[in-house]
Amino acid sequence: MNLIQEPLAFELSSPGLVGCALPASDVPAAELPAGLARESLALPELDELTVVRHFTRLSQKNYSIDTNFYPLGSCTMKYNPKANEAAASAAGWRGAHPLAGDALTQGSLELICRLQASLAEIGGFAAVSLQPAAGAHGEFSGVLMIRDYLRAKGQTQRTTILIPDSAHGTNPASCTMAGFVTKTIPSGRDGNIDLKALAEALDDTVAGIMITNPNTVGLFERHITKIARMVHEAGGLVYGDGANMNALTGVFKPGKSGIDVMHFNLHKTFSTPHGGGGPGAGMVGAVKELAPYLPGPIAVRKGGKYALAMPEKSIGKVKAFYGNFGVLVRAYAYLRMEGADGLRRIAENSVLNANYLRARLEKAYPLKYKKGCMHEFVAMGDIAPGIHTLDIAKRLIDYGFHPPTIYFPLIVPEALMIEPTETEGKRQLDAFADALLAIAEEARTKPELLHAAPSTTPVGRLDEVAAARCPVLCYRG
Amino acid sequence: MSIDANAKYAASHEYARLEGGIVVVGISDHAQAELGDIVFVELPAVGKTIAAGKTFGTVESVKAASDLYMPVSGTIVAVNESLQGDPALVNREPHAGGWMLKVQPSSLAEMDALMSAADYAKTVGEA
Amino acid sequence: MPFIPNSDADRRAMLDVIGKESVEALFADIPASRRFPELKLPAGLSEYEVLKEVEAMAAKNLDAGKAAWFLGAGAYNHFIPALVPAIASRGEFLTAYTPYQPEVSQGTLQAIFEYQSMAAELLGVAVVNASHYDVATALAEGILMAWKLDEDRRRILLPADMHPEYKDVVRTYFSSFEVEIVEYEGAPETAPLDGRAACLVAGYPTFSGEVRALEAAAAAAHAAGALLIVQADPIMCALLKSPGAQGADIVVAEGQSLGNPMNFGGPYLGMMGATEKLMRKMPGRIVGEAKDHDGRRGFVLTLTAREQHIRREKAVSNICSNQGLSMLQSCIYMAAMGSGGMRAVARLCHDKAHYTAARIAEIPGYKVKTGSFFKEFLVETPVPAAAIYDRLAKKRIVPGLPLSRIDAARPDELLVCVTEVNTKAEIDALARALKEVSL
Repeated sequence: MNLIQEPLAFELSSPGLVGCALPASDVPAAELPAGLARESLALPELDELTVVRHFTRLSQKNYSIDTNFYPLGSCTMKYNPKANEAAASAAGWRGAHPLAGDALTQGSLELICRLQASLAEIGGFAAVSLQPAAGAHGEFSGVLMIRDYLRAKGQTQRTTILIPDSAHGTNPASCTMAGFVTKTIPSGRDGNIDLKALAEALDDTVAGIMITNPNTVGLFERHITKIARMVHEAGGLVYGDGANMNALTGVFKPGKSGIDVMHFNLHKTFSTPHGGGGPGAGMVGAVKELAPYLPGPIAVRKGGKYALAMPEKSIGKVKAFYGNFGVLVRAYAYLRMEGADGLRRIAENSVLNANYLRARLEKAYPLKYKKGCMHEFVAMGDIAPGIHTLDIAKRLIDYGFHPPTIYFPLIVPEALMIEPTETEGKRQLDAFADALLAIAEEARTKPELLHAAPSTTPVGRLDEVAAARCPVLCYRG
Repeated sequence: MSIDANAKYAASHEYARLEGGIVVVGISDHAQAELGDIVFVELPAVGKTIAAGKTFGTVESVKAASDLYMPVSGTIVAVNESLQGDPALVNREPHAGGWMLKVQPSSLAEMDALMSAADYAKTVGEA
Repeated sequence: MPFIPNSDADRRAMLDVIGKESVEALFADIPASRRFPELKLPAGLSEYEVLKEVEAMAAKNLDAGKAAWFLGAGAYNHFIPALVPAIASRGEFLTAYTPYQPEVSQGTLQAIFEYQSMAAELLGVAVVNASHYDVATALAEGILMAWKLDEDRRRILLPADMHPEYKDVVRTYFSSFEVEIVEYEGAPETAPLDGRAACLVAGYPTFSGEVRALEAAAAAAHAAGALLIVQADPIMCALLKSPGAQGADIVVAEGQSLGNPMNFGGPYLGMMGATEKLMRKMPGRIVGEAKDHDGRRGFVLTLTAREQHIRREKAVSNICSNQGLSMLQSCIYMAAMGSGGMRAVARLCHDKAHYTAARIAEIPGYKVKTGSFFKEFLVETPVPAAAIYDRLAKKRIVPGLPLSRIDAARPDELLVCVTEVNTKAEIDALARALKEVSL
């Protein structure tokens, strides 16, 4: 990592410099709209090399999958093949205009159409829309579909959506945005949904349930078909949060097992890069009854040509144009490289890797749920007096590893949520386990090392309290 | 952990202390400790009337946000402006400088529905 | 398979440690009848084969770089300096996660802080967040933020002259709430504002390219107790007074123009900024400055108590991921262009658009309908605009957006966009072709 403090671009500025030459004007100057001319614009003024060096140095202050193992639970930080990037950089994609018309954009429409079909097959769904730009955006779309489906059936009294207590925060937030109230369903002692609590919650005000499967403690909901049957019999629908689909590709088709609507995170399962926060893509799939409600437009094939079409009873548009298209190209390339056989290997190796790490670590880091896991597991970090999960996480950085997801899910105290993904091998997993075991030893013998960590980074632990009390959100000259 | 013997407490951890016909409202020492370092307190406009049990604002730490509930119904006659510049007052002295509202109560009888300081101490395991 | 490092021997050794006889046994919790279903997908291909296939598909699109391009309408053909994708595609940026662990994410965090700072300067606002999916969703969430300030104000005033897709997205976002979306014609200050209004939305410029000063709109909105939300062209803001400087409370903009390719509509960059007063009501991630124990400057995600992972069902927005890479591209673009470059790009767009409009206005039968404009303007055509489009596209001239594509009742209107990449020669060729097609 680059440990030298890098000034802000503003602090490198010299008046009059420009980092990119522009063509001279070949037309006469025209008068600006009256009274609207802008007087000053205080952006940085830099030469090209200064810009290149500045951002290159900044990049060197990041951990990334390309440089470090990233065992972030529920985030599926798998390797992003370089071929994905090559595929997405074709001039025909970059220069395609979204309103150029079907005739001039057959390539984009064909790719969307093919990807829709592949994802529908993987999920066991009748149809898929690639419109949502992110997982949470897919949730919002899916919950709106449930709302409109129930409205069409005259079931407007169904205003509640059930959410397990282990769910991601986006689930309840998406329900609120779609006008629903939420009710929390507790997990049982085994980490799965408490069936008795579910049965008690099911009445004619329930619109549905949102289920993440495998759930956020890394367990498959063993009673998924029973849960779906219970909810359906009570008149509700089942939404699947596909954040953890990496455990199930080629292993289980949610759409064939009682899930009515579901999103996949292409930036998790289908290896498109996380980009320091995005862009993602959150395709949403649906069974036959719900498919007419998908957000649109979707791509269709008619008479040998590709075209855009709005599903018959669509919830409408959830973003301008057609989803995060560049992300879709990457996911398509990945799917073509993996194929049917590769998809199953992904799930198998991700589950094998997680179970291996779990087996190597469970003596040092207690598990709340003792049984075998799927693609991730949740350990607890309060392993010695005065030691918290945060300390373990920060100390891992000194060993060159990105910390796991911490303090989530909320139902496990001091949670350390570890997801290795299938693109790490035994050698890497062993190095990570060895580091965590060494830290467990340090926690007992040299706890000060954990409290002071990290010590190998451009900055130490930052004062987040002061930052939030008196926020400085912009450069102030 | 301090408890204000002169105040009464809601189950949602707000206190209400009667001072010359006006009710002073804030959050308990236990509540501030659970939240950790408070970074922001959002309070209502003076003059607003809010019913008991309804939210009057929120309190935020780095890792949590909690709604604040009116312990008694009434009209807000003052809010603690100092909390805008120094929200940590709620951490340092929740019952004194960290007060949040002064309320003209609609009915003093509502005070009777709140817990006594001693009962509240029991619920938070301090007795 | 190149992406899976475990050998068969590794797998056997790992299973021994786990205490299972096979990998399949790890999936015992999945109902047996539904385990390992057949996937009707082709077998995997090599990287070479896949790239060939994808490139062949891409070649079926018309690349704007291979035509004289005058189509905008929400996706703009601006020049992107080579350094922008070269740096943004570095693995350390590309494959990093959301910067929740600040010590190992200072690169991403400082870049976001710099983006926030540059975007705030450009739009004239106090605070900018770390982005939305696109301007349409930024607008919808901006309106949501305005309405949540006082849910009893149930009226939202949208300009009739706004991108139809943006209006559609706003309607979807509000389809669960009892609010009234009222479309107004003409200048925003003439919209029916009263105590029922949560916000007045104005385009800067509007969909048909009209540029209007915003001060009167801000005054009218504020007098009614409503917020002014402006959807702006960020390139235009380099040359003309910013929306914030004219009194806007919330400003949203499509950041695609700032260093991101058109890419068939995404990923784009939903920019959102607001006044300081609204800072703690904004959705989305925000980065702030912080100090470590040695007093070193660093950056962290801050004001997180607003967000869904903490507030859950009480959060104003469900947004989690942002458009990180698109934002990074825009950040690098703005740094490379700087004040001078940004103003030069804007000036070129403006002057070339005005030259184009003048050339088109000379052609018998054509009329420029937009009064005051920046880089985009509406043209009335003597023959149906869709027919013009089809005939000119055959000559690799894409003349603009025929409005009949979005509104069948408007067959004779063409929305023309001109940017710094359009040369005088292309513009003259467009004028000649428009003349020919009308004869």
